[in-house]
Amino acid sequence: MLMIFLLGALKWLGLIMVFVMPVASLLTWAERRQSAMMQDRLGPNRANIGSVRIWGILHFVADAVKMLFKEDFVPAKAHKTLFRLAPVLAFAPVLIAFAIIPFGPTIHVDHLFKVLDPYSAPSGGERLQIFTAEFGMLFYFAIASIANYGTTLAGWASYNKWALLGGLRASSQMMAYEVTMGLAVLGMFLVTGTLEPGAMVDWQGPNPLHWGITVQPLAFLLFFTAAIAETKRAPFDIPEGEPEVIGYFLEYSGLGFGTFFLAEFVEIVFVGALMTTVFFGGYHIPGLYQNGFYFGDWFFELPHVVVAVLQVHAFIFKVIFFCWFQLLIRWTLPRFRPDQLIHLGWKKILPMSLANVMITAAVLLWLGL
Amino acid sequence: MGERRTFVFGQKTAEELEAEAGLPTEPMRVNMGPSHPAMHGTVRMVLTLDGERIRESDIELGFIHRCFEKEAEYATYTQIFPYTDRLNYVSPMLNNVGFALAVERLLGIDKEIPERAQYIRVIVGEMARIADHLTCLGASAMELGAFTPFLWFLKAREWLYTLLEEVSGARLTHSYVRVGGVVADLPTDFSEKLGARLIDIARVLNEGEGLIKDLRIFRDRMEGVGVLSAADAIAYGWSGPCLRSTGVDYDVRKDHPYLVYDRLEFDVPVGTRGDNYDRFLVRMYEMRQSLRILRQALDQIPPGPILVPDYAVTLPPKAEVYNSIEGMIAHFKLIMDGIRVPPGEVYSTTEAANGELGFYIVADGTGRPYKCHVRAPSFAILTSLTKQIDGALLSDLIPTFGMVNYIAGETER
Amino acid sequence: MSQRILDRMKERFPDAVGDTHAQHGNETAFVARERIVEVLAFLRDDPELEMNYPSDLTCVDLLGLGDGLGELQREQQGAPQDDKPRFEVVYHLYSVTKKHRVRIKCRVPEDDPTIASVAHLYPSWNWFEREVWDMYGIRFVGHPDLRRIFLYEQFVGHPLRKDYPKEKRQPLIRREGMV
Repeated sequence: MLMIFLLGALKWLGLIMVFVMPVASLLTWAERRQSAMMQDRLGPNRANIGSVRIWGILHFVADAVKMLFKEDFVPAKAHKTLFRLAPVLAFAPVLIAFAIIPFGPTIHVDHLFKVLDPYSAPSGGERLQIFTAEFGMLFYFAIASIANYGTTLAGWASYNKWALLGGLRASSQMMAYEVTMGLAVLGMFLVTGTLEPGAMVDWQGPNPLHWGITVQPLAFLLFFTAAIAETKRAPFDIPEGEPEVIGYFLEYSGLGFGTFFLAEFVEIVFVGALMTTVFFGGYHIPGLYQNGFYFGDWFFELPHVVVAVLQVHAFIFKVIFFCWFQLLIRWTLPRFRPDQLIHLGWKKILPMSLANVMITAAVLLWLGL
Repeated sequence: MGERRTFVFGQKTAEELEAEAGLPTEPMRVNMGPSHPAMHGTVRMVLTLDGERIRESDIELGFIHRCFEKEAEYATYTQIFPYTDRLNYVSPMLNNVGFALAVERLLGIDKEIPERAQYIRVIVGEMARIADHLTCLGASAMELGAFTPFLWFLKAREWLYTLLEEVSGARLTHSYVRVGGVVADLPTDFSEKLGARLIDIARVLNEGEGLIKDLRIFRDRMEGVGVLSAADAIAYGWSGPCLRSTGVDYDVRKDHPYLVYDRLEFDVPVGTRGDNYDRFLVRMYEMRQSLRILRQALDQIPPGPILVPDYAVTLPPKAEVYNSIEGMIAHFKLIMDGIRVPPGEVYSTTEAANGELGFYIVADGTGRPYKCHVRAPSFAILTSLTKQIDGALLSDLIPTFGMVNYIAGETER
Repeated sequence: MSQRILDRMKERFPDAVGDTHAQHGNETAFVARERIVEVLAFLRDDPELEMNYPSDLTCVDLLGLGDGLGELQREQQGAPQDDKPRFEVVYHLYSVTKKHRVRIKCRVPEDDPTIASVAHLYPSWNWFEREVWDMYGIRFVGHPDLRRIFLYEQFVGHPLRKDYPKEKRQPLIRREGMV
C-alpha cells in the first residue's frame, strides 16, 4: 500500500517537475513574446546567462530571481496567517488536480519492443495517470473550489478595499462558472458513461469523429468559456482588472505575488490538459491505434514503445496548442464588466449547458444507448 | 443610469430581504488615485461605493498644478511657448499654435502671417491631433483590457512624433511655433515622408478599428455608458470630440476658421447618443478627416517665407545680427525685453485635440503678459464627470474617464 | 457682428450694463456686480442671443495695471493703492447655435471680494469659480461647494494675486480626511 502511494507521489512529482512547471514557467515568457509579436514589438529577448541567449527564453529565470529577492511585504493591518496561506491555497489545488490527467497510454514494460495485439491489451501495465478514480472529474471540481478560497482570502486578509473588491469579484465569478463547467462535463458523462478521465480518453479513441469536440461541440464551447473564466484571465480577468480594482493580490509582493502569478499560468496548462482530455481525445493521435497507424486500408505497424512515445508527445502538443490558444484570446479580447460577466454566466451559459444536458439525454434515449 | 431595483422571487427587493435578515450594510468609501492605474497623470477620486455601484463621487485635482499662469506673467511671450508645450503634453503643437494666434491677434498681425507658415501650422497641428486621438483611444482600449490596439496606435503615434522631431528637434516638447510664424522650415523630404506615413497610419487605424469597433464585449462596455445629453453637454462647457458625440457640430475650425482651415475640405463627424461609444467613433472618424486635411495641405503648401519680416516681432537672420547695428539691436531687444505687445486683451480660441482651447491674454504694453489664462478643454469636460458616473458601476468609470481624455497638464496647469 | 449682443444688453439693462467696447474681435460689456446673475440668465435664455455655452470664467487682478511700472519695479516698490476696484471677473460666453461670443466683465473691489455665483446657470462654471476662489480669493456667494480646487485647504493666500510674490514657498501640509 505504501509502495503504491509512494509510486503515485513520485509520478505526480515527476509530472509536475518535468512537464507542468517548465511549461508554466515558459508560458510566462511565451505570453510576453507572443503578445509582443501580436503587437509589433520585440518583447523580452535579452535575458541571458553569459552568452546563452535563446531568444530570451531565460527570462523566466530572471523573473524567478527577481521575485525571490524582492521584499516580501506584509501590510501592517493584514491578517498575517491568512495572508500567508492565501497564495498556497490558490496554487496547491491546481497542482493536485493534475493527478487526474492521463498524459499517456498504459505502458507495458514487458512488451516495450513488441507490437501489441490490436484487440486485447496485456493485463497489468503502468498507467500514465496518477490518480485513477471513478469520480475523477468530481475530484477535480472539489479540489478546484478550494482555489476559490485562496483568491477570496487574499482579498480579505490584505486589509485593502481594492483587494477586497477583487476578492469578492473573484469568488462570485468562480461560483458562477463552476456550475457551468460541471454541467458541460455532464454532457460528456452522459455520452461516455464515465467521469474517470482515463476512461473518457479510452472511450474517445484515435478516431476524431469519436472525440468530445465532435459528439459534444456545444459542451466544448461552454466548458472552454467557463474554464477560461476559472483561470481569471482576459476577457474574464475582472478580479484583477488592473485599471479598475487592481486585483485581489494587490498587497502581495515578492514570492507571494510570484505564487499567484505562477498559479495563473499553471491553471492555463491545466485547462489545456483538461480540454485535451475531455474533448480532444487525450493522448490519442488520429489513426494511431496501439499497434500502429490505420488510415483506411493503409496500415503501418509500430512497436509499443514508439506508440507510447508518440502519444505522450501528442498530449504535450495538444496541451501547448491550447495554452497558445488561451494566450491568443487573452491578447485579443477586452474585459467584461462584472455584471455583464455574471449575466453571461448565470443567464446565458448556464441555461445553454442545461439544455445541452437535456438534449444529449433525449438523443441518447432515442437512440437507445 | 436609471433607477435599478433588484427583484428576488416573490415580491421583495434585495434591500428589504437584507433588512429582514438583520444584515446591516454600509457604503464603502474608497480612494481612487492619485496613484491608480486608470487615473492618467494624477487625479484623486473619492468614491462612495454600494457594492460595485458608485453612490457619490468627489474629484480632486491639483496634483500636477505647475503655476502656468503665474509663471507666464513673468516670462516674455516667446518664453511662454515651452510652457504651452506642457499644457496638453500629448499634442503640444496645437497649444503652440493656439498661443501664437492669440498673441498675433493682440499685435494685429494675424492677417500677415506668411502662407507657408500657416500651412505648416495646420500640418503640424493636425499631426498632433492624430497623435492625441490615437493616445486617447489606445489608452482607453487598454484600460478595457484590449492591449493590442493600444500598442498598434502607439506605434502609429511614434511615427508622427518621429516626423515632428525631424521638424522641431524635440520629440514631445516641440516649442516649434513662434509669434509671427514658425521657427524653422520643414525638412526637405518631409512631404514625401509624411505622405508615406499617412498611408501607414490609415492602415493602422483600419486594423485597430477592425479589432475592437464591432467587438461585442467592447461595445457592451462602451455603449450607453457615460451618456450626457446635448443640452447638458453645452451647459457643462463640453467641446471637441466629446461635445460632437452628443450631436452638436461645434468645431472651431469650421465655425470660426483660423489659419487656412477655410481652404481645406473636411467634415465634422458628430455622434447621436452621446455615450462613450460615440466618443470613440467621433475620434476615430476625426483622425480620418485629419489625414484628409494633411493630404490637402501637403498638396497646397506654397513655398515662401515662414516668418513675418518684422523685426519687432521676429528675430532677424543671424547674418544681419552679426553685421548690422539695426539687426543687432532688434535681436537684443527681442531677447531681453520680449515682444512689445500693445496694451489690450484678447480671447482667442482654437480647436485643440480635446476641444476649444482658449487663451485669454491681457497685455500691458510690456514684453510679458499681464495675465495669461488658459481655458483648457478637458478641465471643462471633467466638470461633468461626477454627473456621469454617479449611479454607474465602478467599471463604467474607466471608459467614461478614458473618453474624457483627461490631460493633467492642461487641466491643472 | 456681435455688436448686436451689446446693443440688446444695453437695451434690456440700461442701468446694469456700463461701458462696452470691442477689441481684437471681442465685444466686451461691463456689468454691475449686483446684477450679474440677472444679466447672465437673460443672455442664456434670450431666444435671440442664446448664449448657452459657458466658454471661460477667470479673473484679472488690476493691481498696478497701466501705471507704467514693469513687473520688477512693482514687486520692489509695492503697488500704489487707488480707489479703482481691484479685480475684474471675466466671463466669456458663446452661443453654439448662433455662433457668437461676448465678454462680460464685473469689477470687484478689494475690500469686499464677493460676487454672486452663476454655477446654477452654467454648471461648468462650478469648477471655474472654485479656481478663481483658489487663485484670486474672490468669494462666490451662493456657490454650492466653494473649496479650493488646485491647492490644498491649508494654503495661505491666493497665488495669482499680483501681490503674492512668485518666489514665495509654503510648506505642503498633510491634508486631513484622507480616506
